[in-house]
This record gives sequence, structure tokens and C-alpha cells, in this order.
Amino acid sequence: MKVLVTVKEVAEVEEDFELDGLRVADQYLDYDLNEWDEYAVEEAVQIAEESDDDVEVVAVTIGPERSEETIRMALAKGVDRAVRVWDDALDGVDLLDVGAKTRLLSAVVEEEDPDLVLTGVQANDDSFGATGVSLASAIDFEWAAVVNALDLDTDGGVANVRRELEGGVEELTEVDLPAVLTIQTGINEPRYASLRGIRQAQSKEIKPLALSDLGLDAAAVESDLVLTDVYEPETESDATYFEGDAGEQAADLATVLREKGVGAQ
Amino acid sequence: MSDVLAVVEHRRGSLRDVSFELVTAGADLVGDTGGDLHLAVIGGDVDAFAEELSLAGVDAIHTVAEGDEFNHDVYVQAVAALFEELDPTYVLMGNTVNGLDYAPAVAERLDLPLVTDAIGLQNDGGLVVTREMYASKVESTVEVDADRAAVTVRPGEWDAAEESGEPAVEAFSFDLDESRVRSRVTGFEEVGSGDVDITDADVLVSVGRGIEEEENIELVQELADALGATLSSSRPIVDNGWLPKDRQVGQSGKVVTPKFYIAIGISGAVQHVAGMKGAENIVAINTDPDAPIFDIADYGIVGDLFEVVPELIEQFE
Repeated sequence: MKVLVTVKEVAEVEEDFELDGLRVADQYLDYDLNEWDEYAVEEAVQIAEESDDDVEVVAVTIGPERSEETIRMALAKGVDRAVRVWDDALDGVDLLDVGAKTRLLSAVVEEEDPDLVLTGVQANDDSFGATGVSLASAIDFEWAAVVNALDLDTDGGVANVRRELEGGVEELTEVDLPAVLTIQTGINEPRYASLRGIRQAQSKEIKPLALSDLGLDAAAVESDLVLTDVYEPETESDATYFEGDAGEQAADLATVLREKGVGAQ
Repeated sequence: MSDVLAVVEHRRGSLRDVSFELVTAGADLVGDTGGDLHLAVIGGDVDAFAEELSLAGVDAIHTVAEGDEFNHDVYVQAVAALFEELDPTYVLMGNTVNGLDYAPAVAERLDLPLVTDAIGLQNDGGLVVTREMYASKVESTVEVDADRAAVTVRPGEWDAAEESGEPAVEAFSFDLDESRVRSRVTGFEEVGSGDVDITDADVLVSVGRGIEEEENIELVQELADALGATLSSSRPIVDNGWLPKDRQVGQSGKVVTPKFYIAIGISGAVQHVAGMKGAENIVAINTDPDAPIFDIADYGIVGDLFEVVPELIEQFE
């Protein structure tokens, strides 16, 4: 069995930042593995560890060479090998729309032929939250979005999942395999990479693939969406702020709380 | 002329609030283009839902009596069939857990560009969508460079439509391909009904990612005890297993409306705010002066919780 897990290196914006055109200026960005993908990777590795059969876990990412460092962290946590899709045609693209991502990942699925695909629910940068389900439709897999518990029954050909709905309600669903599942945070406890894992990851393969390697051309990454403006939202705060040092701030807040009957025994 | 097809949502016999917000967003989008706003009601008690949705601005309601609960395979097929029939310019759906379970497949199948989590829509000859990036730190506008599009709208951003109207209600039937219904809902469960009910508390001390380590939870528990308050949290604390799920405030947790909500080290992501914006008084303690939690706070302390909280505990001992 083969599990394909999509991963993305995302930029987190520092508290204070400046914009540079349609981007946050580079010096205010910290790159890391997308939080949701940490859980998807852990879930895939656990499936491999718990299975009696041989399970290969392959990570796929769309990202420039810089992202290899981040992707290697997934390899250090037990992913067997990785595929990195990048092309000059992707350089300088401000917003890669869901359709384009789907075309790239579909081509990788065709090449890898996985039995199960795990993605994060969303990426923490552009937060579209749509790639997994769009991919499922394109490759004719069944799917489930926002999965926070997974019990794989490969003999029965189904995945029993819980989907985390709003308001503290979970939906129990049986999903035919092969499937794409989008993984919610909290489904497991992502491990820390061991020193041994980090050492082993150095010799694991991260295979670069250009559009032509996937049988695609530049048309595949043409986006129907154009990012036209990026700006800091206006703060609408009309809060009363307590100033001074921590002691003074706490004393002023305590006064308000007591006036309103909080903590006044 | 822009025709809009909006797909409403329901769960366990009730329409979800986002359905009425979709009517407002859809009517705005049709605007004065002379187009029509169509609603799709798929599954459940469609006739009762259609009656509830007979609102001003809606031109037609198409009911699809197929199943009781949401099933994404049925929704994708039904919306695709309605799209063929009605040929709308825009398909609007909710940016909810179920919305994200079928909208991307609808867009893929119909070859429509998809913009999710819209917080603003403008239709001047082309569609321009406002949305957030980088955990709400940045807003962006996205222009759709195509004649048609699928869009999901963020719950709570548009007012719920209330004024009644007289749309045409029509039953819509299509040939459901059962062989492509490959998932089955087997039940629902309410999570985490432990010994503490945070929805019942007058005062909540709520802790977020800023607490950094599990052992520091004790500090905010101490504050909660000093104030006679109940301890709740944002999502990451529960994801880490530091507090049980029944303490989680937010979209996927509990919706709370206490007299006082004291948010400590919580940045105020939209999913969290959805669960606590109804609190009478909101206090925010955070190191980041630009944290979105301050936008909805009544009282703010920009400062280090590890300095402020011990001082606050002292005030009440």
C-alpha cells in the first residue's frame, strides 16, 4: 500500500511587518511546515507503523528549492521519500489557484498511483482549504474533509472517519477507498523528529519534478485568479487599554472587574 | 446580467444560519444586473426549508428531495445538474465544514475558478473577492479572470436575510448516479460533555497558544480560581491535549456568552471569535498590539501574560 501525503512550506508573518507590493516583505516571513500538514504526516506515518503490510509513505510538495529543508523534517519523522514539483513557470506567481494545484498534484498521483491521499485541511498562508477535495474530484477518488479521527479498514475497502462539524458535533462517515482525506489538527500528536530520524532523512530522496516531467506545460499553472491588492486590515478596536507596567495594568483591570462584580466575594 | 445559484445548508432538521446569509450575499451579487437569485435546497424536509427561505430577493427555490442529511456526492451531482439547467454566472456556497466538503469538487467538476472564505464580494463587470491571508494579518483582493466562478462565503460576514418574499418554488429532479455515492453518514455525536459546562459560566478565563507550555496552564487555572471563574481555551490548547475538548471555545467547540470573557494569550482567529463574540464584556491580554482579539475587546492589556497574570492573581488574593 502507498500513502501520498501533501505538504506545504508556509510563511508565517511576524507581529510587525511591512508589505512589498503584493507580498509581505521577505524579512518578516518565517518559513515552516504547514501546521495541518504536520498532523497529516503523523497520520500517514502511524498508518505505516500500525499496518502488517508494507506501507510506503510519500510526501509531495509544490515549492521552490528553499522548501527542501522544511520537507526534510517530514522525512525525519518517518516519511520514506518526497517529490517536489517546481518549475520556472511558477516563479513569481503570486497566487496559485486551486485548479492549478489540482492539475499539478493530479499528475503526481498518476505517476505514484497511491491507495490513500492525506492532505491538511488548509494551509496557513492563503487558507483556501480546497486542494484535497478538488484533487479527489479530479482523480476520481472518494473523499472526506475535516477528518479528526481515522480508522482504516483496507480489507473492507473503507475508511471510517469522524468529521469535525461546527458546534462540537462530529459526523461519523464511512468512505470508500481509494480516498483523499483532509486532516484536521488534533487528530494525533505529531512526534518530534529523533536525531536518528534527522540523520536518516539526509539520505532520503527528494525528487524534483518540472512541468515537463509531469507531461504538463505552462498552461497547467495559469491561474484564473489575480491577486490585485494586499493590505493590512484596519484595526477596528475601540477597547479601553490599560497602560503602565504589568502591576499597574493588573490593578486597573482588577478595579474594572470588581466594579462589575467579578471576583468580589 | 448575473444570475446567482446559492446552495443552502441544513443539519439534523434545521437550516444553518449561513443559509440566510447566503441569501443576502447572493442578492448583493445579483444587485442591479437584472439577474436572478436561485436557491438550491438539497435533502431533508425540502418543502419546509423552502417555506422558511421564501425571502425577499430570492427569485426561485429549487428543491431536491434526495436523502435526509448532507452527503457530498449527492450535493456535487445535484449542484452540477442545476448548473447545467440554470446556467448561472456565480455559484455561492457556505465556507463551512460541509461547504468545504463539496464546493471544491463542484468547482473542479464544472471547471469553475474557486475562491473560498470570501469576506467581501464586488460585482462590477467582473467579480472581485476580499479575503484574508496569513491568519488574518493581511487582507487581499482577488479578481476572477473568468466569466463564471464558484465562491464560498465566510459565515457571519453577511447579515441574515429576514424580510419575506414570494419566490417560485420548484421541485428539481435529476438522475442521481448511485454508483458515485461512495460515502455514507452513519451517525452524529456531540463531543465532550464532561463535568464542566463552559456555556453556563458567568466568567470565563480563556487561555490560548501564548501560554506556551502545558505546565503554565496552572497559572491561568489559579487566576480562574481567584476570580471564581471557569477555565476555557482556544483550539491549540485542546489539540495539544492540555485541556479536554469540552473546554474549547470556537466554531468547532462551544459558543459561549458569559458576562466576562478574559482572553489570555489568544490572538483571536476568526474561528475562535465565532464562539465568543457574544460575550457581554471581553478582556484581552496579548503581547501583540495588532492581534485581532483587540478588535472585539472592550478592555485590552498589551503585555506579557507571564507578568500580568501573576499580578492580577495577587489583586484578588
